Amino acid sequence: MGNRIQTIIVALVFIGLAFVPLLAEATDTPFYLDLARRLMILSIGALSLNLIMGYGGLISFGHAAYIGIGAYTVGICAEHELVSGFIQWPLAILVSGLFAVVFGAISLRTRGVYFIMITLALAQMMYFLGVSLDRYGGDDGLPLIERSYFNDLIDISDDLTLYYVIFLSLALCLLFSQRLVNSRFGMVIQGARSNEGRMKAIGFPTFRYQLTAFVIAGMMAGFAGALLANHTDFINPDMMHWTRSGDLIIMVLLGGMGSLAGPVIGALVFLLLEELLSGITEYWQLIFGPFLVLAVLFARGGLLGFFSEKERENG
Amino acid sequence: MIDGALLFEQLFNGLQLGLLLFLLAAGLTLVFGIMDMMNLAHGSLYMMGAYVAAQVTLWTGSFILGVAVSLPVILLLGVILEASVLRPLYARGHLDQVLATFGMILFFNEFVRLVWGPDGIEVPLPAFLKGNVVLFDIPLPNYRLVVIGVGLLVALLIYLLVTRTRTGMLIRAGASNREMVQALGIDINRVFTLVFGIGAALAALAGALAGPILAVTIGMGEHILIQVLVVIVIGGIGSIRGAFVGAMLIGIMDILGRSFLDTFFKLFLPDNAAETAAPAVASMLIYILMAGVLFFRPQGLFPAKTG
Repeated sequence: MGNRIQTIIVALVFIGLAFVPLLAEATDTPFYLDLARRLMILSIGALSLNLIMGYGGLISFGHAAYIGIGAYTVGICAEHELVSGFIQWPLAILVSGLFAVVFGAISLRTRGVYFIMITLALAQMMYFLGVSLDRYGGDDGLPLIERSYFNDLIDISDDLTLYYVIFLSLALCLLFSQRLVNSRFGMVIQGARSNEGRMKAIGFPTFRYQLTAFVIAGMMAGFAGALLANHTDFINPDMMHWTRSGDLIIMVLLGGMGSLAGPVIGALVFLLLEELLSGITEYWQLIFGPFLVLAVLFARGGLLGFFSEKERENG
Repeated sequence: MIDGALLFEQLFNGLQLGLLLFLLAAGLTLVFGIMDMMNLAHGSLYMMGAYVAAQVTLWTGSFILGVAVSLPVILLLGVILEASVLRPLYARGHLDQVLATFGMILFFNEFVRLVWGPDGIEVPLPAFLKGNVVLFDIPLPNYRLVVIGVGLLVALLIYLLVTRTRTGMLIRAGASNREMVQALGIDINRVFTLVFGIGAALAALAGALAGPILAVTIGMGEHILIQVLVVIVIGGIGSIRGAFVGAMLIGIMDILGRSFLDTFFKLFLPDNAAETAAPAVASMLIYILMAGVLFFRPQGLFPAKTG
């Protein structure tokens, strides 16, 4: 029952997203096109975090780092006149994957509070690295002179084309997540969340599985970063700031953890809240902060949790 | 080559940063250790402490009064926060704790922006603490000496409290095995409120002392919080001794890295490569140290948990 309602909501969101460009054109408000693009990119980021946090039970507080790494890979390539998207995008995914291997191998040695703190610290290290990279803009950031170039295949320098590329990317990432979560691999990851000791005892090397999941999530976030660089035409260290990682966690939670499409809904609600509250007052976080506290204390299970039979597991 | 006087001066600065970090880490490591609680809002208490002290100093002209007001105010704030928001969270998972305390950070940062504006406050050095002491021809600022003195004194007091008193015994017992302490009929929550209050006051002290040296700005809390987390991870959660050793290591490494890494790199790299690489590596140094420690000792240098 719950799953059906979820599917319907997600389908509605996708249909809505497909028509945003028409709406934006009809009402002459390109702002909505921009907002919806950002929404979809953040959704991919939140989806990837949900793979390890929702299904794996691994609370990574540094996930924005991989988005930043992906974005910087594209930016640095462009800076050295390597503009082909066929090289930039796979490279962005590869580089963020490599960082995820190293960071994951370090942080997965620990659990609980340690894991949260270490992922946070490593991501903040990347932020400071970005700030100190004077060659690539340092604190001021790095403008992307030219968007990724895909020969004659597709031209994403056109805003509308970029929109549908991102739209398609989100759909593919969602499909991929669905396949992954329901695969044998996904089952092992979820098993390790419920009871790691038992999974080990029946012969699964959980560390290897979790590291693989961590790397997959990092690569997907890196892909979101490559899209983000093209969306903003600008890359700066702030993309990796730890509050961005916090935003991703909030999105996953708002949508209900460990539900497949929850992050998309969460990202939508997050952005709408941000728009709404910042319309009321410049000091919108004065409302948003306590809202988070109250949401944690009183409404558990996230938004989709209300519609889902599955109780959110704690921890 | 490395200049001996400069090295001494920077060691001195590193010691001072280390003690500042210790003031924050001491309270926080116990919160993590005893209640297995992920509290990100500790940096906000530090920031609030700095702002309250700065404001009172500007009103009255007395820095001492500023510190003296800031401590009890933030202690009270800490106890109120503990009783209202944090206590219901102990039984929850880490994720809920992260989210709620993250929300608190957003609130406090915005609150400070609303009340004091986005620009930060300059706190003048108190007149009687201006000037230097000259030691071996090296000028050491009086104020920094006082910070070091206060830091060492507080560290000693905490050490005595934790190792020599009954309360300290309960704190240590709580950090190593909370359920066992409760089973023996101790109200661990009351011990914990006390620990949280002391931790908040120490954070306020650190903030107030940092005011005249570092800038009093929004976000000062998070910046130092992450360094403090590194300290706690290195030292081992729940261990005061670990917090002290970790804080000294991080404080001195960070300052020395920023001052001498380019000289060091120039020994084996061309000058311009060294000048590009040094600031980047210096900003990553403490995290690399953390990764190194974790590789050999995943529970930190002085793990407190036993069961």
